[in-house]
Amino acid sequence: MKCIHPPLNEEDTRKLRAGDEVKIDGTIYAARDAAHKRMIESLRKGDPLPFNPDGQIIYYVGPCPAPPGRVIGSAGPTTSGRMDAYAPDLIALGLRAMIGKGERSAEVAASMERHGAVYLATFGGAGAYLAKCIVKVETVAYPELGPEALLKMEVRDFPCLVAIDAQGNSLYQEVREKRGGR
Amino acid sequence: MRTLHVDEITQAIARAVVDANTHLPEDVLRALASALERETSPRGRRFLQVIIENADLAATEGLALCQDTGMVVVDLEVGQEVLLVGGDLMEAVNRGIKQGYELGFFRRSVVKDPFSRINTGDNTPAILHTSIIPGEGVRMRVLPKGAGSENMGRVGMLKPSQGLDGVKDFVLQAVWEAGGNPCPPLIVGVGVGGNMEKAALLSKKALLRPLDQRHSHAEMADLENQLRERINELGIGPQGLGGDTTALAVNIETYPTHIACLPVAVNLGCHSTRRVCVEL
Repeated sequence: MKCIHPPLNEEDTRKLRAGDEVKIDGTIYAARDAAHKRMIESLRKGDPLPFNPDGQIIYYVGPCPAPPGRVIGSAGPTTSGRMDAYAPDLIALGLRAMIGKGERSAEVAASMERHGAVYLATFGGAGAYLAKCIVKVETVAYPELGPEALLKMEVRDFPCLVAIDAQGNSLYQEVREKRGGR
Repeated sequence: MRTLHVDEITQAIARAVVDANTHLPEDVLRALASALERETSPRGRRFLQVIIENADLAATEGLALCQDTGMVVVDLEVGQEVLLVGGDLMEAVNRGIKQGYELGFFRRSVVKDPFSRINTGDNTPAILHTSIIPGEGVRMRVLPKGAGSENMGRVGMLKPSQGLDGVKDFVLQAVWEAGGNPCPPLIVGVGVGGNMEKAALLSKKALLRPLDQRHSHAEMADLENQLRERINELGIGPQGLGGDTTALAVNIETYPTHIACLPVAVNLGCHSTRRVCVEL
């Protein structure tokens, strides 16, 4: 089990291999569909992003509101494929890792290989379990998007699996090739 | 004639959405436990252990099982001898959802319009399916349906010549292409027959049937078992990361259809398929 502490550099992420189990300790950013759309619109207009993605990790999540006495509600990963249209632009700016569930497009994998980023899978549908690893939450931008606001999270021992590495290896592809397609 | 105040429906919906979002149905828990006994992939086993632990944690701490607390599907059957009084039924249902989602601190995941995409802020409206049944009973089945699995559903208007094999291929292809996205192990709802919207609705209703209950017709029950086995042979596994458990169950519902039609719909339910049935 490797422990990773963002911010990460290219050397860190290029060392990771598909199949490695990792735990994240430190600050990550949470964004899903609507926040990504806004960020990419800003980039297109030449406006600054609400945070610098260089070296950072984005967790694809739209959490439940925090019940009293908790920092966050249930907070598991959403389907990453919906962010495929937006991810390459952020990876080109130095985004080092994305956390989510499900496969990524060939374009995203190619962009990860080119720039040295990794895709981490975590437990889809285990929102109550994963919420225990989130110790602090702060809204960075787009509060009007409600569950889709851009958040900054402090995580402890957040469990992930390297699903696609920066060499182009993909666990999803391995699974599919093993069965030789349908 | 029986009279039922719609406030009772509001209260029942509010309770049902809280219960559904925090407690996995017993039959789903049993299916997960038995999948864990059979699963041979270490990664698959680990994932099944985590989702069982997650269900336990959600129930004991009153947390949502999944942050995607869904768009609420309500299948409401009202006896034709029942008179609903005290207000608009749809408003009563939506009021129940609003109350339940506030009470449970659940995510509001509904947008007002598919294009402007502004959040409604209270997880309403419901997707309400009503049917009139004989008698004085009122039965409500509530399914907060997550979008990761919903997005992977599909409808096909097959040719009658494609027959049973065509239907099997359509279901297998849908599950194969969905891969890890719908959060397998899945509950696969299949609707066959009717017309386009009927097949889709049957596939959703198929998800409401408990997993330990096979189709009442032996042939269809066989087809359900056969499809489940073939889906599990695909090797997609929990999370799409490989393993023996891709489907916990396949539930099929059928309906008469037109001489020219063979509609088939697949509605996928994730491993956290949350449903509550209430009789009023």
